[in-house]
Amino acid sequence: MIEIKNLQASIGEKQILKGLNLTVKPGEVHAIMGPNGSGKSTLASVLAGREDYEVTGGEVVFNGKNLLELAPEERSREGLFLAFQYPVEIPGVSNMNFLKAAVGEMRKHCGLDPLSAKDFLALVKERSALVELDGQLAHRAVNEGFSGGEKKRNEVFQMAMLEPKLAILDETDSGLDIDALRIVAQGVNAMRSPERSFLVITHYQRLLDYIVPDVVHVLYKGQIVKTGPKELALELEEKGYDWIKETVA
Amino acid sequence: MIMEILDEITGKEYEFGFTTNIESDKISAGLNEDIIRIISKKKEEPEWLLEWRLEAFRIWEKMQEPAWAHVQYEKPDFQAISYYSAPKSKPKLNSLDELDPELRKTMDRLGISIDEQKRLNGIAVDFVMDSVSVATSFKEKLGELGIIFCSISEAIREHGDLVKQYLGTVVPRTDNFYAALNSAVFTDGSFCYIPKGVRCPMELSTYFRINEAGTGQFERTLLIADEESYVSYLEGCTAPQRDENQLHAAVVELVALEKAEIKYSTVQNWYPGDKDGKGGVFNFVTKRGLCAGYKSKISWTQVETGSAVTWKYPSCVLKGDYSVGEFYSVAVTNHHQQADTGTKMIHIGNHTHSTIISKGISAGNSNNSYRGLVQINPSAHHARNFSQCDSLLMTDTSGAHTFPYIEVNNSSAQVEHEATTSKIGEDQIFYCLQRGLDEEQAISMIVNGYAKEVLNKLPMEFAVEAQKLLAISLEGSVG
Repeated sequence: MIEIKNLQASIGEKQILKGLNLTVKPGEVHAIMGPNGSGKSTLASVLAGREDYEVTGGEVVFNGKNLLELAPEERSREGLFLAFQYPVEIPGVSNMNFLKAAVGEMRKHCGLDPLSAKDFLALVKERSALVELDGQLAHRAVNEGFSGGEKKRNEVFQMAMLEPKLAILDETDSGLDIDALRIVAQGVNAMRSPERSFLVITHYQRLLDYIVPDVVHVLYKGQIVKTGPKELALELEEKGYDWIKETVA
Repeated sequence: MIMEILDEITGKEYEFGFTTNIESDKISAGLNEDIIRIISKKKEEPEWLLEWRLEAFRIWEKMQEPAWAHVQYEKPDFQAISYYSAPKSKPKLNSLDELDPELRKTMDRLGISIDEQKRLNGIAVDFVMDSVSVATSFKEKLGELGIIFCSISEAIREHGDLVKQYLGTVVPRTDNFYAALNSAVFTDGSFCYIPKGVRCPMELSTYFRINEAGTGQFERTLLIADEESYVSYLEGCTAPQRDENQLHAAVVELVALEKAEIKYSTVQNWYPGDKDGKGGVFNFVTKRGLCAGYKSKISWTQVETGSAVTWKYPSCVLKGDYSVGEFYSVAVTNHHQQADTGTKMIHIGNHTHSTIISKGISAGNSNNSYRGLVQINPSAHHARNFSQCDSLLMTDTSGAHTFPYIEVNNSSAQVEHEATTSKIGEDQIFYCLQRGLDEEQAISMIVNGYAKEVLNKLPMEFAVEAQKLLAISLEGSVG
């Protein structure tokens, strides 16, 4: 699905990713954990194509294509979805119109006709139910006046609408209470399939109780320093990141 | 990537920048009493109007050009402008089919349909090119209801009493420098009268076009809604691309009698100058409506994307008790455009209400100012006003300014003012890109979302056009 080789990226003068290697196969769920400042969110941003970051080396192959050559919107249309850590508000633009445009672009890219209004509404109804999103939210402006939990649920709802091949969840658990966390995880789990991969970026093991990963990676100082089965997350929780820091040192 | 798009788009030409090769009857440049006599004579005007014009000219001569607006430009040389230019071939048309083919082509390129057969339930259009009205559609159909919709020149000839009764009553000749100038030299414009109790069944529309070089356009619009009548009126404007600045100094007067309602919408897309700030139209316009009667209502909606310099304050004088004034505005400036626009709400009657929603969008190196006056007079008991002025900055090099003036002379008034300034976020754009929208779609969506409250007030046909226009004006303008 995605193959990242020796990826190096910097923001301004500061190098953040220092030769990162990672391969995710179709259907797999990989968790990326690590202390603050290790480069987790940078990895998400670089993969999505945010301009602030400069890729200084390495390569990323996504579905057989050179991801780094694609514009952000092309990456999206190819099936890469980023659930933002801080989803932005777009006042005056209704969630429905926004999604309609996004789904339309996606279908156009895949050579499909636009969904009829009826089919689109049916899909909205079905997918919003996955994250128990109130029907009213779909008609409000994008994220405007949403609570923290509603914003994150809206991200997962959008993911469910766009049906990506690879979904990157950037600290989707941050700022969520335990109920919201459960609902978000339930939405993600419903979307798991043999064709769809997930990259779950998180600080805490807590989220991984609900979204059980196949592989856990530890990112530290811009590199993957440890990879293991799901139990690695528990070990990290118990021993803390200092353990990793010592191991690496 | 953004820079590339920016380069590509800023090279884009103003869509309506073409000129039409029509022979025109243009008088020599300059302004004096003789010129005014010539204009009046060419238009076969009655004596009272000539006197009215000459008086306006004498007032104008003693006035100074206003300098208080937050705009900088080289003052026009009023002696270098030709004050009358008309397409020469203009005959007295028996039917629109007889229209000069070149003129017809111009109208087609501007997307104006005057084909009455094809648009039976459409919009009635008065087309004003340079100094004269060249075509008005749907006249007969409107006539059956007693509605008068024609050029103001024709109104002066055919309905002189009505014109004489109302002309200059809302915007007196002494009002300001440009209103005085317009009163002296106005050459055409639209006139509309809706009789008592009639609800005008279609949108009335005037389309203004400056074609000839070295001319100014000084049109005069007078719209009277008699008791319990209703009319929705649209105004659109474009001009060819020229290196010199062209002057447009219009006066629009609206009168709403008891329980009458006037909805006046403008999409202003005069040539804004090139990306380096060369050329473009100076748009110095006085628009004012008088809510003369009890429960009358006047609503201004404007989408301003054009002109090099805009100086315009569509206002309402709320004289009748329970009368209502509204102002909804989206003003976009890009490159080196400057806009100083807003409104005045003058509360005189009791229980008068006014609402102001202004959305400024500044891109490039432009400056966009909101200037508004809410005046509650001692006579206005229980008056209310709500104002909201938002500014959106697209770049670090553009400016947004707000100059609200509030004068309250009656303690029973309720006045609210809200204002915000925000910058379009790279974050918002990236969010859209990540969902598969391209940058143009993203900006268009964000800007239209921001301006939604105002765009919703436009008549359907106009709203779509306005949305497109906003997107075009701002393409690739984030930085």
